[in-house]
Amino acid sequence: MTDTHTGPFIAAIDQGTTSSRCIIFDRDGRIVAVDQKEHEQIFPKPGWVEHDAAEIWKNVQDVVAGAMVKAGASREDILSIGITNQRETTMLWDKRTGKPVHNAIVWQDTRTDVLCKKLGGEVGQDRWRQETGLPLAAYFAGPKIAWLLDNVSGLRERAEAGELLFGTMDSWVIWNLTGGVNGGVHVTDVTNASRTLLMNLEDLSWNEAIAEEMGVPMQVLPEIRSSSEVYGTVTGGPLGGLLAGVPVASALGDQQAALFGQTCFATGEAKSTYGTGTFMLMNTGEKLIHSESGLLTTVGYRIGDQDPVYALEGSIAVTGSLVQWMRDQMGLIKTAAEIETLAMSVEDNGGAYFVPAFSGLFAPYWRSDARGVIAGLTRYVTKAHIARAVLEATAWQTREITDAMTKDSGVELSALKVDGGMTSNNLLMQFLADVLDAPVVRPMVAETTCLGAAYAAGLAVGFWENVEDLRANWRRAAEWTPDMDPEVRDREYKNWLKAVERTMGWQDE
Amino acid sequence: MAKNIQSLERAAAMLRLLAGGERRLGLSDIASSLGLAKATAHGILRTLQHEGFVEQDPGSGRYQLGAELLRLGTTYLDVHELRARALVWTDDLARSSGEAVYLGVLHQHGVLIVHHVFRPDDSRQVLEVGAMQPLHSTALGKVLAATDPVAHAELVDAKREPFTARTVTELDEIERELDLTRSQGYATDNEETLEGVAAVAAPIYDRRRLAVGAVGITGAVERVCRDGELRPELIAAVRDTARSVSRDLGAKPF
Repeated sequence: MTDTHTGPFIAAIDQGTTSSRCIIFDRDGRIVAVDQKEHEQIFPKPGWVEHDAAEIWKNVQDVVAGAMVKAGASREDILSIGITNQRETTMLWDKRTGKPVHNAIVWQDTRTDVLCKKLGGEVGQDRWRQETGLPLAAYFAGPKIAWLLDNVSGLRERAEAGELLFGTMDSWVIWNLTGGVNGGVHVTDVTNASRTLLMNLEDLSWNEAIAEEMGVPMQVLPEIRSSSEVYGTVTGGPLGGLLAGVPVASALGDQQAALFGQTCFATGEAKSTYGTGTFMLMNTGEKLIHSESGLLTTVGYRIGDQDPVYALEGSIAVTGSLVQWMRDQMGLIKTAAEIETLAMSVEDNGGAYFVPAFSGLFAPYWRSDARGVIAGLTRYVTKAHIARAVLEATAWQTREITDAMTKDSGVELSALKVDGGMTSNNLLMQFLADVLDAPVVRPMVAETTCLGAAYAAGLAVGFWENVEDLRANWRRAAEWTPDMDPEVRDREYKNWLKAVERTMGWQDE
Repeated sequence: MAKNIQSLERAAAMLRLLAGGERRLGLSDIASSLGLAKATAHGILRTLQHEGFVEQDPGSGRYQLGAELLRLGTTYLDVHELRARALVWTDDLARSSGEAVYLGVLHQHGVLIVHHVFRPDDSRQVLEVGAMQPLHSTALGKVLAATDPVAHAELVDAKREPFTARTVTELDEIERELDLTRSQGYATDNEETLEGVAAVAAPIYDRRRLAVGAVGITGAVERVCRDGELRPELIAAVRDTARSVSRDLGAKPF
């Protein structure tokens, strides 16, 4: 047994929605040191969310330096740096001054709703689905660029004159790490590019026709590279002193990084991250699958010049946030963890089903006219039954995404790898295994997002030989096996679907 | 009925008077509504204030219910909260020790396993969350009995089954071992519950230094023991983990 870590190490930067973190990993994928710093959430209007990209870059430098100090590591110990980031958050900066020309528009920001509807025209939100795998929705980066160019005075002229650069947070961090105004490389990786609505999934290049129609000049776009290769080396700036010459060698959007960190390298392997919302990705290999069931098609990762690996993605808007709602709005529990205690005080849901369609139903229904419903109420139902229904809602929503993935891909889920805060809920994890009728597995390293970025950066510099090396690092911390009478499962699923029916058409549109 | 203690009755009346919404009362109001002399009321209030049950507003000098009183009802640590806080640390303990990790709390007459991390060797293992372990022979049980008086009482009352030739069942001998556990800060189970299996565990404390659970590792004697004793580096790793979880729960540094 060794508890003292000796180098060499890989550093991973996680530029997230609420904070930036740096984690340093050793060869076994164990955490050596962590440093983290939150940044300001800026809400200029209802529905608008912005970040100050300059603050973020400062925080990134601080956490990298902080993690180095905590690990007692020097430049020689760090073989490469990887990056994972909040996806779709969009910014433009001046390439000569290196200064952002506006706050970054965060993925949750809905200001491009109207623009997206307009762009969809008569075809609607699936207009560019075939090319990009995505529906025209406010999350994605392309329309956010157009909004900035059209609404911030002078930006369109400067963009067309070639003075501005666009990036998601990966591009911004890499450009700054590799020298910024002094020769920083302007790149993005295939996973981040696949969230812009501007990239052809087929050949992983920018789609000039869509860009033109959207009003995004080609010269602002970064070069699309793989997720795991040396983009450049750390140059100049405060970090230059600390890490000069260290290769910057990976970029992955956060959910794709978690897929990588969970070592879902084979077709049909899937991971689900249970946080405020839930994101499930399934590796579909070299096959690009156009979903018939309302899932997104996205790039999973691409290692160097190997073939890209595609993925299907299903997201659930409300999972952990439903537990928070029980705590903050209903006051039925004092901490999130107590939901399990309350739910365990009864044997079953007492006939109650909770469909948290708070802002409509997402995959696989996509019904914006739906609103939340608690169905099956009788005099018998207590708050404990409701607590149970709250947890079951997360499991049933996962089951619906899983069914859609099976239908689209033809691959049955053999096991589901889970991570995120809600995996500490034993009752939920068992119920999830029961309703999926498949084992649910939790890995030993909870920080799968950072780990994925570290893995990709380590592969690029030969720290790990191949993905088999990475698989060997994966450790099972817990496994929940299905233990539910198939008749009960079928009956409960039928009831759930009945409850889902009842959410639809509530909102007059 | 035995005669009640008058000052306690008066203290209870004061707390009832201050309870119910955001109420702040001055000394004379309290004294007059309870029909007490000011000096008597002040004495009781001062004692309640000392215990944290009543607080005095520095500006107005009025009294209100104290934070300690609010905490009384919420001291109980939810076991699922405990698991959520312990998650990262127990994962790392399994990783560094190479053994299975268990987190246990007192439940009825034994140790309830509330969290279990698999031994990181990819072998087939079954999640033991919800299982019960005996207090007298396991490392987790001994830690709980040594640090929590309720667990101790349960151990004394329990039927102490001899699981192996090494299980200690005599109360005197167990008490000596609990003394040792208290002084060294950890307990071991050297083939006392299962032949060929040894364990070491350490206590987890909350912010009031009350023991709320125990964390430990369990594994084959060939791996976790050397010369018949638990390996010291494993003991250190378990104690580090217990300290980290305690710190997360707000316990002051040891």
